[in-house]
Amino acid sequence: MSGYVADVVALARKDLRLELRARDTLPAMLLFVLSALAVFHFALPVGAGDDAAYGLLWVALVFTALLGLARAWAPERAGGVLDGLVLAPCDRSAIWLGKTIATLGFLVAAEIVALPAFALLFAPLDATAVAGVVLANVGICAVGSLLAAMAASSRARELILPLLFLPLSIPLVVGGVGSSISPEGGKYLAFLGLYDAVFAILSWASFEYVVTE
Amino acid sequence: MIRARGLEKRFGAKRALQGVTFELDPAATLLVTGPNGSGKTTLLRLLAGLAAPTRGQLEVDVERAELGYLGHEPLVYADLTALENLDLYGRLYRVPERRERTGMLLERFGLWEARNDRVASYSRGMTQRLALCRVLLHEPRLLILDEPFTALDEAGSELLDRELAALVGERTIVLSTHEPARVEKLATTVLALS
Repeated sequence: MSGYVADVVALARKDLRLELRARDTLPAMLLFVLSALAVFHFALPVGAGDDAAYGLLWVALVFTALLGLARAWAPERAGGVLDGLVLAPCDRSAIWLGKTIATLGFLVAAEIVALPAFALLFAPLDATAVAGVVLANVGICAVGSLLAAMAASSRARELILPLLFLPLSIPLVVGGVGSSISPEGGKYLAFLGLYDAVFAILSWASFEYVVTE
Repeated sequence: MIRARGLEKRFGAKRALQGVTFELDPAATLLVTGPNGSGKTTLLRLLAGLAAPTRGQLEVDVERAELGYLGHEPLVYADLTALENLDLYGRLYRVPERRERTGMLLERFGLWEARNDRVASYSRGMTQRLALCRVLLHEPRLLILDEPFTALDEAGSELLDRELAALVGERTIVLSTHEPARVEKLATTVLALS
């Protein structure tokens, strides 16, 4: 295993271990997404149609991800650990990638429960819609981990993260909803793939400048 | 090893450091003294590369892998054990014979019995000992120690005295302390900030 991959694996595994131990993030995400879907179930008027329900699914997913992202750098903030990681001789983008993979793991775990719940309460999800969720997850976690790191160093992080993240998540919502309801779902999947590629590269390349002066 | 000329650091309108100039040879020990708010921590963060000077020139001739930094915070995860923390840093620093080195340091700093306890359950003194283990893990050429005696009891302070005495002359050491009498006999240079 190359040094870079070994660093990413070590950092992501550390986040999973911390979550297994502290259970700070995933239970909250699960509870939130199920609560949101339950609220939407009662809020949506009878006969509103499946398209509206798919839209609400994406609202629930984006805000669930935001909940996880808000906690993503909490362990590093607590003991000043980000300074320790920044000083380590590993490529600093490995810190971002490790965090992105861990956050992606938590989001996927929440969705493994949320998507069947959505199918039960609202409408079935076809393969294109699920592929849209998978692709959007990558973009959400790639951009979100970078923005969460930026926000983590700020005193107003609870405000800054949503203000930065929600505008950048709009294309993901467009792509996700499009892949769920459009007969040309493939185009939306391609759009999500493009978003993922562009923003993952930008986040990967810019992380070093976010965590250093 | 280190050349600083006219270093200045501002945080907005507040000037934290001004006109700091010094040179430090390899194997020298610099003691940074000064009252609270004189900029000791700011200077050490500049030397570690954790902050950039607003003005002036700073050259530190070491790679990141050769730098050991002890700050005001321990830079360890509270919900990991001492072993897990040192193992993570050992991997990131590519420490050869990581497990042996980790075990040896934990033994030396009196943490071996508590090696599988979460750091969150440690006292401040134990956490500081663990932070010192982290700093020494990869045998850095340049040690930057900000108030290293903080929270250590007398036994811990004596242990650190011995560690420093063994490292002086072999490594470059920059340390700040409120107890200059404790370490000034080790220092080759003293920088008093005001």
